[in-house]
Amino acid sequence: MNAPRITTVHTGKQETPTVKTLTFKDPSPIVPGQFYMIWIPGVDEIPMSVSYISESIKAITFRRIGDATEALFNLRKGDAIGLRGPYGNGFALKGRRPLFIAGGTGAAMLAPAIELIQRKKRTATVILGAKTKGDLFFERRLSRAGARVLVTTDDGSKGYHGFASDLAKDLLKNASYDAMYTCGPEPMMKTLLAFSGQRVFEASLERYMKCAIGLCGQCCIGEGVRVCADGPIFNGKTLKTIPDFGRFKRDASGGKISFSQAP
Amino acid sequence: MAPIKHTDLYPTNQYRLRPMPDLKTILGPLTLKNPTILASGIMDEDAGSMHRMITSGAGAIVTKSIGLDPRPGYPNPTIVETPCGLLNAMGLPNPGITDFTHELDLLRNAPVPIIGSIYGKDPEEFSTLARHMERHHVAAVELNVSCPHAKHYGMEVGMDPQILSNITAAVTHTVHIPVYVKLSPNVTDIVILAQAAADAHADAIVAINTLKGMSIDLDVRRPILANRTGGYSGPAIKPIGVRCVYDISQHVSIPVIGVGGITTGADVLEYLMAGASAVQIGTAVYLRGPTVFSHITQEITDWLTTHHVARLSDLIGAAHP
Ligand SMILES: Cc1cc2nc3c(=O)[nH]c(=O)nc-3n(C[C@H](O)[C@H](O)[C@H](O)COP(=O)(O)OP(=O)(O)OC[C@H]3O[C@@H](n4cnc5c(N)ncnc54)[C@H](O)[C@@H]3O)c2cc1C
Ligand SMILES: Cc1cc2nc3c(=O)[nH]c(=O)nc-3n(C[C@H](O)[C@H](O)[C@H](O)COP(=O)(O)O)c2cc1C
Ligand code: FES
Repeated sequence: MNAPRITTVHTGKQETPTVKTLTFKDPSPIVPGQFYMIWIPGVDEIPMSVSYISESIKAITFRRIGDATEALFNLRKGDAIGLRGPYGNGFALKGRRPLFIAGGTGAAMLAPAIELIQRKKRTATVILGAKTKGDLFFERRLSRAGARVLVTTDDGSKGYHGFASDLAKDLLKNASYDAMYTCGPEPMMKTLLAFSGQRVFEASLERYMKCAIGLCGQCCIGEGVRVCADGPIFNGKTLKTIPDFGRFKRDASGGKISFSQAP
Repeated sequence: MAPIKHTDLYPTNQYRLRPMPDLKTILGPLTLKNPTILASGIMDEDAGSMHRMITSGAGAIVTKSIGLDPRPGYPNPTIVETPCGLLNAMGLPNPGITDFTHELDLLRNAPVPIIGSIYGKDPEEFSTLARHMERHHVAAVELNVSCPHAKHYGMEVGMDPQILSNITAAVTHTVHIPVYVKLSPNVTDIVILAQAAADAHADAIVAINTLKGMSIDLDVRRPILANRTGGYSGPAIKPIGVRCVYDISQHVSIPVIGVGGITTGADVLEYLMAGASAVQIGTAVYLRGPTVFSHITQEITDWLTTHHVARLSDLIGAAHP
């Protein structure tokens, strides 16, 4: 039933000054790319992708950017949160030689997909893009899982100096990657789609969500495509038919905000 | 085991020989190809979503309720499921009439009627909104005087027959398109309100909006919805909707549009027999998915075929003495 079930925070780990991972007990099966609606009683209920998956323990990893994420950031072991879901479709993860491109907090939701690829004895190449060195997280976790991790920073403080999409463009010239998986700022993902050619391409989208069960229409893009229920993962073929992709999203009132003005 | 012969499955060949039953229904100047209308507040905040619901087979579309200014609605949680239905307190989120008219313009050539739902706090606001809707080619307006969870709006202006009458009269004087009035069941006598709207020249009554309710989480000991109360919808409210439609249609001469808990073709037939000329469908879009309209129309067709009814409209009010 689509009502919050209460669980408690198991552990909290600070990844960077503004990013935190909370683990909690939840036995529900979930696939990488799916998300929960996380209820912080008295504050808000917000969508959060799963960032770690084991049979009984799951996690979310998030950046502190407003009221709800601030409240989550301050939770301690034993504090109650509500869970609805898992919702959405998750990654299909086809392809033998996948390239993952994470922009900013996007690394959070790509991590369980990368770990799954490694468990299937395929090798993932991962581009972790961040504004600056101090914003990077999950580099060690993904290397340990066996992935080849390449770091980019916008300011050059670590790794490749430039955008994740710039490095991706270079890599795609030389190597035989047959699939691309990405989560990050939408204009970046749109740029990557243009580089994808005939490869498998999957991107995770974010839209303002209310019901998360495909009813209210708040999260719709294109011709009534519901990011909460038909997504949040879309393949390249679908994204090419959605004019909103990389151009605008809608706020809580349904008003359009172009990505060039978005904060 | 004997093989199944074709004639065992279709003993009278009725599916092949009889003409398809006629699902058309008439609402004043509007003819709907089938009686299923998308209810307000579901997949109808932008043109793309409404397009998808048209493609899915809806006979008409009611837009999200639109006000003068953009409104973000209430904080989440805005929705919670209970064992027999959904509680929502969206809080009338909408982009405001100015932005919304761009969506309406994109639907200008829509193959089915678009009905513009509006909410306001007084007759002036309703009239202004109705005028905008009319200019942007809607086929009718629906007055939301029945949302159970929006301060100063909805049910708060629609529970008093005098205020309701003033609002309805103001709008019917302002626009030339049909004016539908959507009523709340959270009242002692819904018939009095329906009569007030009909006397003020409303063209149809829409019944019902959601019932006011609450759901509390035992572990954290607080209401789940951020707004605490919300509107209850889904299968649990169908008998209440059917009763309201039955009572209203006995007392007013204008068409009644039935809403509340409709999930199957049989539910539609029940509302029609109670006196509805058409129906609206909301929560079932969640329960059965966005293709619900084509499934329900198929179920109606099947029922009419098996029961040898040629025209759906022959069943309207069939349950009345
Ligand atoms: C499917 C999905 C998965 C997500 N996964 C993650 C994740 O793994 N890690 C992470 O850090 N963030 C994730 N987000 C984004 C996260 O939901 C927002 O950062 C969060 O809601 C911000 O809330 P706030 O109150 O702290 O900020 P606010 O100050 O309220 O808002 C800041 C920004 O967050 C957006 N936002 C606020 N409420 C919602 C909502 N109900 N739905 C969608 N966006 C909202 C606003 O549009 C605004 O752009 C995900 C979003 C979606 C849709
Ligand atoms: C998520 C949601 C949002 C709604 N928003 C509106 C609205 O904006 N205006 C309105 O008149 N009714 C609104 N309603 C009420 C429905 O239009 C309908 O009257 C009610 O849900 C009963 O029908 P159902 O059981 O088929 O859902 C909303 C209902 C739901 C579930
Ligand atoms: S959030 Fe309501 S339809 Fe996706």
